[in-house]
Amino acid sequence: MSQQTPEGGNAVVTVTDLVAGYLPGVNILNGCSIEARPGELIGIIGPNGAGKSTLLKAMFGLVKIHSGKVVVRGRDITGLKANKLVSQGIGFVPQTNNVFATLTIEENMQMGMFQRPKDFKERFDFVTGIFPELGKRRQQRAGSLSGGERQMVAMGRALMMDPAVLLLDEPSAGLSPVKQDETFLRVHEINRAGVSVIMVEQNARRCLQICDRAYVLDQGRDAYTGTGRELLKDPKVIQLYLGTLAESA
Amino acid sequence: MANPTPDESGTAGVRTDAVDYMTDTRPIASEPAAPGCRKRDPILVAKNVTRAFGGINAVDVEYLEVPRHKITALIGPNGAGKTTFFNLLTGFDQPNSGEWTFDGTSLHGVPSYKVSRMGMVRTFQLTKVMGKLKVIENMRLGATRQEGEKLSKALFKNIWGGREREITRHADGLLEKFKLDTKREDYAASLSGGQRKLLEMARALMADPKLVMLDEPMAGVNPALTQSLLDHVRNLKSEGMTVLFVEHDMHMVRNIADWVVVMAEGRIVAEGPPAEVMKDQAVIDAYLGAHHDVDLGAAEGIEVLEHQLAQDKESVVGTADEGILGHGITEQDGRDPDEGRDRKDAP
Amino acid sequence: MDFLNILSGALGEIISPTTAAYALAALGLALHFGYTGLLNFGQAGFMAMGAYGFAIATLTFNAPFWAAVLVALACSVAFAFLLGIPTLRLRADYLSIVTIAAAEVIRYIVTTNQLTDITGSAGGLNGFAGGFYALNPFPEGTYNLGFITLSARDLWVRVVAWSVVAVCCFIVWLLVRSPWGRVLKGIREDENAVRSLGKNVYSYKMQALIIGGVFGSLAGILFTLPRSSVQPANYGTELTFFLWTCLLLGGAATVLGPVVGAMLFWVVLSLTQGLLYGAIGAGYITFISIPQAGQLRYIMVGVALMLLMIFRPQGLLGNKKELVYS
Repeated sequence: MSQQTPEGGNAVVTVTDLVAGYLPGVNILNGCSIEARPGELIGIIGPNGAGKSTLLKAMFGLVKIHSGKVVVRGRDITGLKANKLVSQGIGFVPQTNNVFATLTIEENMQMGMFQRPKDFKERFDFVTGIFPELGKRRQQRAGSLSGGERQMVAMGRALMMDPAVLLLDEPSAGLSPVKQDETFLRVHEINRAGVSVIMVEQNARRCLQICDRAYVLDQGRDAYTGTGRELLKDPKVIQLYLGTLAESA
Repeated sequence: MANPTPDESGTAGVRTDAVDYMTDTRPIASEPAAPGCRKRDPILVAKNVTRAFGGINAVDVEYLEVPRHKITALIGPNGAGKTTFFNLLTGFDQPNSGEWTFDGTSLHGVPSYKVSRMGMVRTFQLTKVMGKLKVIENMRLGATRQEGEKLSKALFKNIWGGREREITRHADGLLEKFKLDTKREDYAASLSGGQRKLLEMARALMADPKLVMLDEPMAGVNPALTQSLLDHVRNLKSEGMTVLFVEHDMHMVRNIADWVVVMAEGRIVAEGPPAEVMKDQAVIDAYLGAHHDVDLGAAEGIEVLEHQLAQDKESVVGTADEGILGHGITEQDGRDPDEGRDRKDAP
Repeated sequence: MDFLNILSGALGEIISPTTAAYALAALGLALHFGYTGLLNFGQAGFMAMGAYGFAIATLTFNAPFWAAVLVALACSVAFAFLLGIPTLRLRADYLSIVTIAAAEVIRYIVTTNQLTDITGSAGGLNGFAGGFYALNPFPEGTYNLGFITLSARDLWVRVVAWSVVAVCCFIVWLLVRSPWGRVLKGIREDENAVRSLGKNVYSYKMQALIIGGVFGSLAGILFTLPRSSVQPANYGTELTFFLWTCLLLGGAATVLGPVVGAMLFWVVLSLTQGLLYGAIGAGYITFISIPQAGQLRYIMVGVALMLLMIFRPQGLLGNKKELVYS
């Protein structure tokens, strides 16, 4: 396992003081810093509007970065376009609009691999090993899938390029509790296979249970950080965010 | 939050009689609770409603009565057909068969805008507020009986001005209740996700509806806002409205639902008061998440959860489709010494 | 090069009846697209309906002036219905394709030789504006407005044209700030949400299509009055795109945007023509000829439209927060 890292040491992802937003002058992130070491599962939780999704999108080049730095595997990727990042070994699974509805499941997977079409069969077999249902229904139009099934397609597509880092934007959103549990288990397994994961989540409890470390975002800044276990018990976090859920737990 | 006094007309145009809807303990069903049971005072009755997509029945509801003046939750696993059912009832989709009535009037073939005028309004899973209109304009759009909306009267402000003032007062009142009054002049696009949900709900109330149908009102809402949303929904009942909502959040359902209808694979599989339905083993197993009590971070947490999911019909764990899930419980010998260790304690 | 001449010519465009016609047709488009989100790429067709309806009613049926105007407007309403019934229940793109085709169909009908007696085919029709000029209250003579000198006929045409534009602008202004207008603005963003609030979306879209189309037809009539002639070649797709340029230049979801846009459009066209022709004539520019310069102007219009869409899509008067397409 990795040791204590100096700033940017052997971290696989380092985000430093990121300031970003959709419109010029309106910042959603106000100086956010996070770090992921190789093989870690990092959780990002926080109230709505805190900037969790914006953080991932900014890292992936989908939202304009006004200042700050994003370094992945030693390379400064700040502001790089998303297509370049895929070849850098970063996969991104958005929360919505995450599949090509008019394409079949298999074609969606091909889209994930268009930069290296020769390895398609091998990678497709790998991904359908994780999601056998997708393999069985590979000719089905993605638009006819339910929300949970689309999540699987989107995650599978991100895995096609064998990423070193996987960015997940609320993978459990809109799913029934059983499907949510399956998702968290899968993310745990994928992480164990060596993929570093940065996961934004609304289901804070499950997220904190499976992650190594987590950051709590509030108003565009990283307010608290700690291991998953620490944060689950931290009264500040419970107060700020888990709220009524904790009471009825 | 208003408490109707016996001689005050309710906002829904419904006389409150001497009944306080919040404390009314008369039985909801007129027969023992079971799928399709009749209600003492139904507002919505649906019979043999089906909708198929390419051979698969997305909705196949034999019989359902929704009780008036109560909050009914429609729950069920993903893909159970809840939103499709909503769309059918409100005219946003056409069924393959079936008939249903609202307050005794048949709604079959009635277009969605007419259904809304009859007093049955709905919200959407993905909020539909007009980002390019101001919040107050969004609210005014929700009002009914504004003659100025007709082309023939639109040119003459003296005809519609009075009603517009009434509408604006009503809108401001609702905005204050929903704590959106400071955002009155902002474009709706600048609101956060949770605020848009509130706006959509407030806007739906402008029509003084009799039945409010909420499609996953808690989805994507900050837990800090959850309590206030719950209070708003409860408040609808106190003002004489009937509520039917689709939800995944069991805390919400336990908290405010008077009656629960469980759908699975397009059919209604259970009905009853929340406490009873949640005790129904089939329902619990189907998805109520007895599993959520398992702590995934604890030493054997993953294995325990996978074991429980393997017993669960909805889960792929234990089936041929499980993929990378569940292998932890099948391998006993030659296990990786790290497996099962509480990895969160690792240095 | 006579700069004073060039300048006064350009300024004259501000009040020209052609500018008024463009302004009115663009105003119709503003109602269609700016306020309702309807993609009408056949506004030239509505103008042709108005122009030909008026001309044919006058020449073939000897209708008096007001009757001819009413006939033209009735044709316009019928045309709008024909377009709307099949398309308004479908996705927005269907209306755009159908309107392009419909406008061309109109143009071909009036060009075909089979109907030469009625439509004058490629040569068009003329001499139908007698009834209009008979109403002219201004006595014969010349009227000097400083930068331009007008005859009584010229003055009358301008007064009428701009009065019509003013009245129509006023009507649109009243409509869009009314609850009816509010429903339109809701429709342009999300039809299903508006349906869920109890409004008959199809009906509203049809009403907007008809009103905007009627403005287009009125514009068509105004367009033909100065020369008392209507020619099919004038009503091709380029006209539609010039109208869109005027609309986007001024601001699609505004009332005065189309007017300002039309004025600016014609002033700039006139200025560039004057400057280019003058420079060529005086020998400053030798690498193109005058006919080529004529084409160059339109290339510049195309480039300007592109730059507009990229850098200032809300136009001069528009509000970025209400941008229809984003």
